[in-house]
Amino acid sequence: MMTKNIRREDMSRAVIVHAILMTYTLVALYPIFLVIINAFKTRKGIFRDPMGLPNAETFSLEGFTKVLAKSNFEVFFFNSFSVTIITIAVVLLLGAMAAWALSEYKFPGSTWLALYLAIGIMVPIRLGSVSILNLIVDLGLINTLTALVLVYVAQGLPLAIFILTEFMHQIPKDLKEAARCDGVGEFKIFFAIILPLIRPAVATVAVFTMIPIWNDLWFPLILAPGDGKQTITLGIQQFIGQYVTDWNAVLASLSLAIIPIMILYLIFSRQLIRGLTSGAVK
Amino acid sequence: MAHSGPMTDWRKAKLPVFAFLAPATIIYSLFMIYPLIDSIRLSFYAAPSGEELAFVGFDNYRTILGDPDWSATFWNSFWNNMKFFAVHMLVQNPIGIALAGILSLPQLKFRNSYRTLMIMPTMLSVVIVGFIWQLILSPVWGVGTDILDIFGLKSLFGPWLGKEGSALITLSFISVWQWVGIPLMLIYAALLAIPDDLVDAAIVDGATHFEVFWHIKLPLVLPTVAMVSILTFVGNFNAFDLIYAVKGALAGPNFSTDIMGTLFYRTFFGYQLQLGNPSLGATVASLMFLIILAGVLFYLFAVQRRLARYQL
Repeated sequence: MMTKNIRREDMSRAVIVHAILMTYTLVALYPIFLVIINAFKTRKGIFRDPMGLPNAETFSLEGFTKVLAKSNFEVFFFNSFSVTIITIAVVLLLGAMAAWALSEYKFPGSTWLALYLAIGIMVPIRLGSVSILNLIVDLGLINTLTALVLVYVAQGLPLAIFILTEFMHQIPKDLKEAARCDGVGEFKIFFAIILPLIRPAVATVAVFTMIPIWNDLWFPLILAPGDGKQTITLGIQQFIGQYVTDWNAVLASLSLAIIPIMILYLIFSRQLIRGLTSGAVK
Repeated sequence: MAHSGPMTDWRKAKLPVFAFLAPATIIYSLFMIYPLIDSIRLSFYAAPSGEELAFVGFDNYRTILGDPDWSATFWNSFWNNMKFFAVHMLVQNPIGIALAGILSLPQLKFRNSYRTLMIMPTMLSVVIVGFIWQLILSPVWGVGTDILDIFGLKSLFGPWLGKEGSALITLSFISVWQWVGIPLMLIYAALLAIPDDLVDAAIVDGATHFEVFWHIKLPLVLPTVAMVSILTFVGNFNAFDLIYAVKGALAGPNFSTDIMGTLFYRTFFGYQLQLGNPSLGATVASLMFLIILAGVLFYLFAVQRRLARYQL
């Protein structure tokens, strides 16, 4: 009798807990869902039945055809993609090198250098925009993707170095000592032994570097707003500004921006959460 | 920086140590530290009528804080930014903490799926999020009314984004919707790190899950809550994309959604008939830097130190 009561109590508590979680999940996802289903409808369908799924009568791809015809969506995409990939690669390599030197060797001022490199975790790089623009103009890099990569590398390095330094403290000493006894050089120890070992931290660092870059509007707007150099975020912002009243095109362009990120996120979410919960970031 | 045992002697490896550190340090110094310092320097210079830059002391600061028009604009954006921050602290972080607490309940089914789905909006671009909500809240489309109608609240709907009294609060809630994932993720990770025996002992003694959360788990993760708060502060006082995407650089209606980031952009680049002014832009950026610095120092010296003592 007693156990039955407890079980019933457990049951009702589980129902309440799941009801709360499902409600919030709905709040988080429904707006995104609403935009995506309406991107696949005719104009009439969008306004007559905004909450309904597209059916035989309302299904239409006219929004997508318009976006692809009237904007350089492929170019925006390619620009964002190359900037993000190159930045992640550079941040990982240079960040790992610096983190290795900071965690492995004790030299005068090493603590100060680590602190200096950590300033950028808290101070937003945007505040230096006036001088960054001057610098990029002086270097002749205005309206180039190189300008974005350089700024994003500087922006991504502090957190990457911090995470990777913490991670490298966990690498067993015996590994390095054994290699040193065999007369392996310091460079080779890093590139052949250490670099392959940090793979678990790579996913965490890559995600934390990627999200702010892919989503950034500020630096593309200031440093590379020219035709053909827009990133996806800026490109969509300009496109929607131009076609505000064309609901099909607006909904389709938003969906084109959302869907790839959602797929990437669903693929990598497990690594991201594992990196967070395993104590790589604290 | 805790490190067990002596580290490798750097004198045996001077060249590698230098080669490992130089590239990152140079790029970071050139594109992050130098511009930050140079911006502060520029805030003490001006180029009246397009001449060469000349040192003007605190003139730019006097203009922004002393000139009636400028100071009204500046304080308007500052207080708007404080409201924006207050909504995040009072709504985003409590929701994030509550959801993290529920997700960390023992034997919860579908834990990972809930977590993955609830964090989804955080991964999207701020600009995209702004447009999504602009469409949903648009009286032209009417889907906002339809959704409220399900709950019988149709009459409450209004053009919230377009009204001076409600635009800022509406934008704050849109931002909260997007960023709840950050406190959720960080506090969830901290809750998972609490040893099970601490919690089990309390449960055996007859405490409910809510009591365990309130009296045991939450006090233990307070340092993470403090860290989330300072991250929220820095992020909010650096925000720009959402307001610019939804309301443009003029942050309308009638500057009611103007925050520090949009003020910085307008001052630096100009808008409509007013020309951009890099020196005054650098001054606004330096004032933003001071505000953020004050927040970070408060966190480091007042909050974190007190919490560290509390933990002992």
